Amino acid sequence: MAATLERTIEHRQQTWPAALLASQTFWVLIAVIFACIFLSFATDSFATAKNLYNITRNVTFVAIIALGMTLVIITGGIDLSVGSVLCLCSMVLAVVMHAGYSIEVGIAASIGTALLIGAFNGVMIAYLGFPPFVITLGMLSIARSLAMVASNNTVVFQFGPDHDKLLALGGGAWFFGIANPVLYMVALALLTGFVLRWTKFGRYVFAIGGNEQAATLTGVPVRRIKVAVYMISALAAGVAGIIQTGWLGAVTTNIGAGMELQVIAAAVIGGANLAGGVGTASGALIGAALIEVIRNSLGLLGINAFWQGTFIGGATVLAVLFDRIRNFRQSE
Amino acid sequence: MAVLELANISKHFGAIQAVSDVSLALDAGQVVGLMGDNGAGKSTLVKMIAGNFRPSHGTMRLDGEELVLHRPVEARKYGIEIVYQDLALCNNLTAAANVFLGRELRRGLGPLRILDHKRMYKRAGEIFRELKSETRPRDLVKQMSGGQRQAVAIARTMLSEAKIVLMDEPTAAISVRQVAEVLNLIRELRDRGIAVILISHRMPDVFDVADRVIVMRRGRKVADKPIAASSPEEVTGLITGAIEQV
Repeated sequence: MAATLERTIEHRQQTWPAALLASQTFWVLIAVIFACIFLSFATDSFATAKNLYNITRNVTFVAIIALGMTLVIITGGIDLSVGSVLCLCSMVLAVVMHAGYSIEVGIAASIGTALLIGAFNGVMIAYLGFPPFVITLGMLSIARSLAMVASNNTVVFQFGPDHDKLLALGGGAWFFGIANPVLYMVALALLTGFVLRWTKFGRYVFAIGGNEQAATLTGVPVRRIKVAVYMISALAAGVAGIIQTGWLGAVTTNIGAGMELQVIAAAVIGGANLAGGVGTASGALIGAALIEVIRNSLGLLGINAFWQGTFIGGATVLAVLFDRIRNFRQSE
Repeated sequence: MAVLELANISKHFGAIQAVSDVSLALDAGQVVGLMGDNGAGKSTLVKMIAGNFRPSHGTMRLDGEELVLHRPVEARKYGIEIVYQDLALCNNLTAAANVFLGRELRRGLGPLRILDHKRMYKRAGEIFRELKSETRPRDLVKQMSGGQRQAVAIARTMLSEAKIVLMDEPTAAISVRQVAEVLNLIRELRDRGIAVILISHRMPDVFDVADRVIVMRRGRKVADKPIAASSPEEVTGLITGAIEQV
């Protein structure tokens, strides 16, 4: 009896290959790889250095924001304001630098704006009990309007004395010809993955999404963690905004419009569950990659761009469908 | 020597008197069944011991020292552990993660301290072994049976040197076989010298595992006697009011 008890407790129910096969993220990754292989053969222009450079760089903006969004989604929340926050942070950076301040001041102002907005969202949600959907929907409208106010709804494309530094930050390729934004994305993804797996904070993010009441009863500082999570989400949008400004070399008041939906789609395709409690950093990246590969391939295959939404929407539904089917099997 | 002493404890919410003038003493290594109908005040009483409510009147003493609790988390510091009725488990986390929730073990230095998964799995496994429960530390709680979930919730109480464990209806929603498992877990706690307060509606469970039974009716304590000196019929009478007081 004692021996069987011992063996039961020590026994691992799932080995890592089994866990891998059961993960949505893994299958989406397989889909991305297959799509890439297919496109390399089907078109001449896919597997060229220039196109791959473009794809990897385009992925980053959605992917970086999706990392922050994944944290929010794991806690069971949602942040609809990220597209507008990206716009406002870009605009703050642009206006401050245009006024003659250095790049450091511009970035500090931009990051500060992001953190302030995130803190506002978080406090309203965690301490005043607002539904995340409502407060971030309000912020979606407020942040974009503030960007218009800050710039008087003009396009800013001159960034003062540090103009070239900013363009190099976003548009350069300092390391083996890999676009800078990609390097930032990889670094931030590794950081997010580390935080989720190895820190108390990460553990609490999952606990809140799993059972908020239980987290409170066991002494998890639920409110503070929630505020932090929305601040991280806004920060991710701000960072993406700064990089994107450097890459585009101009800021208009409509950048990032509708981006929140792409970001949420990327997180969900990558395996994050909107009900809370589930999500990974690698999933956010892989989800964003699938979306970008779909967009890119439609162009290369000569399919009318109007079909883009159908394909991306279809991919979102399909990715979650696999998860549903697995759940049905388990419950039977 | 009593671990916990309550003296003339009362609690009212506005005009509603939930608990009036209850005194009791709890000894180490004793299981006390706390019984009463819905609204009899047993949950309110236990919530005061757990730090959810402050008593309106009366004092609580732990090992002779006066005990004042402002929040549930504080109770833990004094060695008072609570197993909630809904168990307060996160389905998306592993058994070990749930056991250590809020008290994670970490290694490393200062701000760079990281979770010590290995040590948490190991310690959780040891506790399940002590509880003689077939629960695997690495399994997700959502895949577990009712008995295993109870074991996870009870394992939490064994992380630190608990003096008192409060259990709110631990056998309410589980199968017969699992009830036996949970009652064994309670005996394990008792054998370690922990005082257990068991709130339950189920007469057979209380008579099976408890050393003493306390019955409450309308906020008052109407009986407090060794289980051997009582009977299910008497307790039923006390709960319903057919027997006024013993």
